[in-house]
Amino acid sequence: MSACRRGEYSYIAIHKRNNYKGPDSGALFIFNMFYQNTKSIAFPGVKEKLASLQARIGNTPLISFPNIFRKDQVMVYAKQEWKQLSGSVKARAAFAIVRDALERGQLHPGKILLDATSGNTGIAYAHIGKFLGIPMTLCLPENASAERIEILRSLDVKLILTSRFEGTDGAQETARALAENKPDQYFYADQYKNENNWKAHYEGTGVEILRQLPGITHFVTGLGTTGSFIGTGRRLKKKDPAIRLISLQPDNPLHGMEGWKHLETAVVPQIYDPWLADENLEISTEEAYEMIKTVHDKEGLILSPSSAANLVGALRVASQIEKGIVVTLLPDNADKYGELIKKLLK
Amino acid sequence: MATVIIPTPLRKFTNQTAKLNVDAHTVGEVIEKITLDYPELKKHLLDSQGAVRSFVNIFSGDDDIRDLEKEKTSVDHSTIISIVPAIAGGLH
Repeated sequence: MSACRRGEYSYIAIHKRNNYKGPDSGALFIFNMFYQNTKSIAFPGVKEKLASLQARIGNTPLISFPNIFRKDQVMVYAKQEWKQLSGSVKARAAFAIVRDALERGQLHPGKILLDATSGNTGIAYAHIGKFLGIPMTLCLPENASAERIEILRSLDVKLILTSRFEGTDGAQETARALAENKPDQYFYADQYKNENNWKAHYEGTGVEILRQLPGITHFVTGLGTTGSFIGTGRRLKKKDPAIRLISLQPDNPLHGMEGWKHLETAVVPQIYDPWLADENLEISTEEAYEMIKTVHDKEGLILSPSSAANLVGALRVASQIEKGIVVTLLPDNADKYGELIKKLLK
Repeated sequence: MATVIIPTPLRKFTNQTAKLNVDAHTVGEVIEKITLDYPELKKHLLDSQGAVRSFVNIFSGDDDIRDLEKEKTSVDHSTIISIVPAIAGGLH
């Protein structure tokens, strides 16, 4: 073997050990690469537990909507992201953030994981933290749904409820101030700034989509922390620059799509790359709510508002092309939106 | 004279004003006056029929006006009106 850098050697060694057959096994390969390079981690049994969690993250199945959309030579698929740990797409970023912090020694016994969330990332952190024995403090807007607050409390998360007038921007500000005041006490994960957020999708979601749908022509998803759009988009563009990336935003600063941000009036996440999207579409909450009803009536599936909004965007793109494969994400299902669903489907 | 608390995302449309004092007798009059003074607020608060958009919650004190008399809910000089987005599917 010719001389190579340390990383390249472990890459080849792990390929052999895993009987690596190509990029299809990317997620496992990447985990093993991290795992082999893991530094001493202080929480008891954490390496084994991380491996156990990893097996429950990603590799989500696709779904199509044949009773809603049919067009010759155009197909629409969505990844059911709730079919993984903690029931949402946020398992990917939360796991990548926690794992990296453990490996770097930023998170160790005596430290509390701190972050701001509108709910799903918090629930993902809470599942991971409960399993690994990591204490969690999360800042959450007080107008988050009762289900979210109940789930987080049941998983022993210390909640700091922030102003209902400030959304997740206010929660971020509270978390940042707490981290600055007590840096020895907290590891501030900062999902809006943490590079592991988008990298989780670069190494996971994007690879999975290319494996599941090699002919993908369009990727469509909403912007929140922007991690799923940026990470998946960068992976897809690397594979084929002709794949079009369409980001979605709410049409209104006050909207009902959990996790989404109206970037014009919100604090823009530091991981956001404004040059990546080929196009940006605005989706109204009313369109998303109508889609929840349509999908329920015609497909027998109950989506969350953000999943329904992604589907609105994907179908809009699909209706404008003559040929192609449009892919979107369904970040979560309706399990945590009981009050809203009851109202919409009555 | 009721006081309206403008949520952070909408302050862009009220010249960064966080609180507006409005001379009105009902919540409906309050909304009408603030959308006249700050026209860009209108599309964010009201639908094409002029009703409060379904995902925008308006509180009189601690109560959602949908649990009171909606836009006809009366206000006085001590009333605090809050405009709250329904994040995370929360409707409370």
